[in-house]
Amino acid sequence: MMNKLIALVFATLFANLALAQEAPDALVKQVTEEVLEIVRKDRSIQNGDAKKAIDLVDAKVIPHFNFLHMTALAVGKDWRKASPQQQQQLAGEFKTLLVRTYSNALTSYKDQKVVYKPFRMNAGDTDVLVRTEVHQPGNKPVQLDYSLEKLDAGWKVYDVNVAGISLVTNYRDQFGQEIRNGGIDGLIKAIAAKNKSLEGNLAKADGK
Amino acid sequence: MTGKSTTWKRRAGIGCLAASVIALGGPALADDVGHDPLEGFNRAMFAVNEGLDTVAIKPVAQAYDFVTPLPVRVGVGDFFGNIADVRNALNNALQGKLSDAGTDLGRLLINSTIGIFGLFDVASELGLEKHDEDFGQTLAVWGWDNSSFMFWPLLGPRTVRDTGGWVVDAYTDPTWYTLNKSVAARNSLVALSFVDVRAALLPTDKVVEEAALDKYAYVRDAYLQRRRNLIFDGRPPRLEDVMD
Repeated sequence: MMNKLIALVFATLFANLALAQEAPDALVKQVTEEVLEIVRKDRSIQNGDAKKAIDLVDAKVIPHFNFLHMTALAVGKDWRKASPQQQQQLAGEFKTLLVRTYSNALTSYKDQKVVYKPFRMNAGDTDVLVRTEVHQPGNKPVQLDYSLEKLDAGWKVYDVNVAGISLVTNYRDQFGQEIRNGGIDGLIKAIAAKNKSLEGNLAKADGK
Repeated sequence: MTGKSTTWKRRAGIGCLAASVIALGGPALADDVGHDPLEGFNRAMFAVNEGLDTVAIKPVAQAYDFVTPLPVRVGVGDFFGNIADVRNALNNALQGKLSDAGTDLGRLLINSTIGIFGLFDVASELGLEKHDEDFGQTLAVWGWDNSSFMFWPLLGPRTVRDTGGWVVDAYTDPTWYTLNKSVAARNSLVALSFVDVRAALLPTDKVVEEAALDKYAYVRDAYLQRRRNLIFDGRPPRLEDVMD
């Protein structure tokens, strides 16, 4: 009797531990479904309210991303030349750019369905790939994969692949060009300028 | 003095070029995507294409997208998808993936009959996975894995290898044979397939426009990554990560 009770206590304990350390595939699924559920109910996002889409992404998606790692990946070998302060600045501007541009995708949401591919990981893995597929009527399914790493704060996404194209490393050559022309600060300035022009577009759309 | 400074600049330019060539040739980056020796020509063609797209191609695609009801668009997409399964089967076989080639043939058989000339993709509903193969990928599997990037008017981005592959694909495309007798019908079909492809890309226009610091470089690198992904059937080996 006592043994059974102890077993039960341990089982509950382990179950709770498992919940705290949520599996990466479960995390991707939970966040995706939560965001899509909100978009499905939100007429103004569906009608192209970019600002609202950005707020949604900021609140629900961004906490699960590791932007410092993402930016390092985008910059490549020049990353080590940047001071910690420059790295923070770069990551901040890059985050703004990615959020601005890809929140847009939410405003063109129409009946897409996300299918989660079978996921395998070994017990000690700290770096995994979660594979999904976006299905939409009239178009081929699009592969959408997330690279996640395990940090103290839980699993964080550090790369996103759409149809095999990394939204992060696709910047490497453009960033390299800017660094060759104006150093790390030149790159920070270039992304900041881009963000500023996008903000201008956003304000214009708001005024309409 | 000016002559001297130009020579110096040219030397510095050559130095940078040499440095980047060495950097690209390094083992860690052998897989990297920066193979663009014809960049000057390509950028010019890119500009031509952007102009053509703005005045002619995009408006047609937008009009098509606007007037065509979804079921018709799905039918058109499935119809060309069914024809593409001939190419998929052929290239899977050439790459030694016989079971995939078998699936493609099964799909072709089912969709051409039960799917009424390919207008319905019944095979996918039955769980027969759709592939995406072409002769450019076959050449890559056969060992031509790195190829210079090209940008063509109308055709858009292609590597040298994939341009050759595209020519072979066109020759093995049944559209060109089954409708041999009616040039007008054949040309309309080819045009429709182009418009269908362009229309499918409409939603990405805004993202690329907003995301890119340099649109040409963004499109080029996206194309090269996409091809790499296709060549490895969706599971390309990881590139080096500076944080590791």
